[in-house]
Amino acid sequence: MSTMAIRNTGTLAWRTLVQIKHNPMELMDFSIQPIMFLLLFTYVFGGQMAGSPREYLAFALPGIIVQNLLFATMNTGVGLNTDINKGVFDRLRSLPIARFAPLAGRIVADVIKQAWAVVLLLAVGALLGFRIGTGPLQALAAFVLLLVFAVAASWISVLVAMLVDEPDKVQIFGFVLIFPLTFASSAFVQPATMPGWLQAFVKVNPTSVLADAVRGLLTGGPVAGPVLHSLLWAAGLLLVFAPLSVRAFRRRV
Amino acid sequence: MGNDTTNAIYAEGLVKRYGDTTALAGVDLAVRPGTVLGLLGPNGAGKTTAVRVLATLIRPDAGHATVGGFDVVRQAHEVRKLIGLTGQYASVDEQLTGAENLIMIGRLLGFSRAAAKARARELLTRFDLLDAADRAAGKYSGGMRRRLDLAASLVGDPRLLYLDEPTTGLDPRSRNEVWDIVRGLVADGVSVLLTTQYLDEADQLADEIVVIDHGRVIATGTPEQLKARTGAQTVTVRAQLPEDLEKLVAEVRQVAAGAVDVRGDTVVAPVTDPGALTALVRRLDEAGLTVAEMALRSPSLDEVFLGLTGVAA
Repeated sequence: MSTMAIRNTGTLAWRTLVQIKHNPMELMDFSIQPIMFLLLFTYVFGGQMAGSPREYLAFALPGIIVQNLLFATMNTGVGLNTDINKGVFDRLRSLPIARFAPLAGRIVADVIKQAWAVVLLLAVGALLGFRIGTGPLQALAAFVLLLVFAVAASWISVLVAMLVDEPDKVQIFGFVLIFPLTFASSAFVQPATMPGWLQAFVKVNPTSVLADAVRGLLTGGPVAGPVLHSLLWAAGLLLVFAPLSVRAFRRRV
Repeated sequence: MGNDTTNAIYAEGLVKRYGDTTALAGVDLAVRPGTVLGLLGPNGAGKTTAVRVLATLIRPDAGHATVGGFDVVRQAHEVRKLIGLTGQYASVDEQLTGAENLIMIGRLLGFSRAAAKARARELLTRFDLLDAADRAAGKYSGGMRRRLDLAASLVGDPRLLYLDEPTTGLDPRSRNEVWDIVRGLVADGVSVLLTTQYLDEADQLADEIVVIDHGRVIATGTPEQLKARTGAQTVTVRAQLPEDLEKLVAEVRQVAAGAVDVRGDTVVAPVTDPGALTALVRRLDEAGLTVAEMALRSPSLDEVFLGLTGVAA
């Protein structure tokens, strides 16, 4: 990668981050909404689920982080689709810059936003009583694993962005896909009470796998299996959706 | 198939298909350095597709084109260094301020942070946007937006500017502002490819016009040549006194090349003879008739366009 490509990517990542200043809705997506979910899950379900909000938080925070992360991957697609529709993409492509910089810049910026949301949720979680029961290395590993998974999963939204005509449709697709995917998982509850067929789905659901891995890394428990499984899922998503997206991208623009 | 270096833009036989629709069916055009070529045609004629090919945004299915001597397909990166693109589909980021938009482009073009800021300020001043520099572009008025679009395409000081319907949807005042900016750029030696569906815009700005319809070039020439193609000019004479009208009609009929038409106190007739107007003046003088107004006018581009495409623009 040439220095020009790195510079171009940096400039376009900066551009995506500066947008937050002028669009409070972005802050909503990455700050207020995660905190709202965290508070609701902890205090509404906590007592019933685990005897106390604090007890439940220890189980549910990794799940809440994963759910938020998956919803936020849709922002990559929404942003790309908006750029294409508004003509910003054509302006960028008419400049003598690295070809993949517009896409790479957005992905870099979105990873930074994701990192911010993870740190924010851990910090607010800590205020509510969540404690990391392992060590800093395991916590760091959880953090990196989450971001790797986010980058891989965001290619789904890139593909959707290339196939639909309006940014809103990326959002709608995201809800339809991610709501069932995050709830029919072990992110918020132990699957033991679910019907058998649902348990079978929950077991293979990447949300469960990732939530279990993050839970293991942050609070203790089995780690190797879920982490490996999560990385396989990330690799699979990347291998399937990145080439499809690039092909759709070439066709679209 | 050598690269053309005498023209700023040169295109030969450009074809672009989308499924069953043919957007470009073999378009030839040339823009001489330092001139404005107006690409004129109704909606859907293929104007924007042509610009997108010449701006390296899409590849033609057939034909070839060079910009500043560089091939738009094989040397796209070199072409991008020369051009600035403004128009309906190449836009600024509405969520950034005017200044941030220009700084971003400066940085992408390799300017240092300080140089990008200085260039942004210079352009904002030049386009009268300094007061709005720190406001999000999405909050700009239509005219301001278009000026910012233009400024954005000029950050790299391009020698070639593509203006894709630069005044569509603007009020007359903003439109005149954009026209003045374009004239200024051409005076500085910039070559311009302008697409428009407004005939007066092409008439005002273009040195040469290419009329396209259904993806084909249907006429080429200077605005004057195109107007001359429809042949006849029109002579209009308005009577000073109503009672003279009948005698006036009789005199006009002597020089007219077709049917004489009376509209209120005005006599209108087509003429083809270059000496028709002087002949008419002499006749009226000899007959002792005074007229309130008398004019010889060329057909408007609207009339030319109607004649060429069969549809009113």
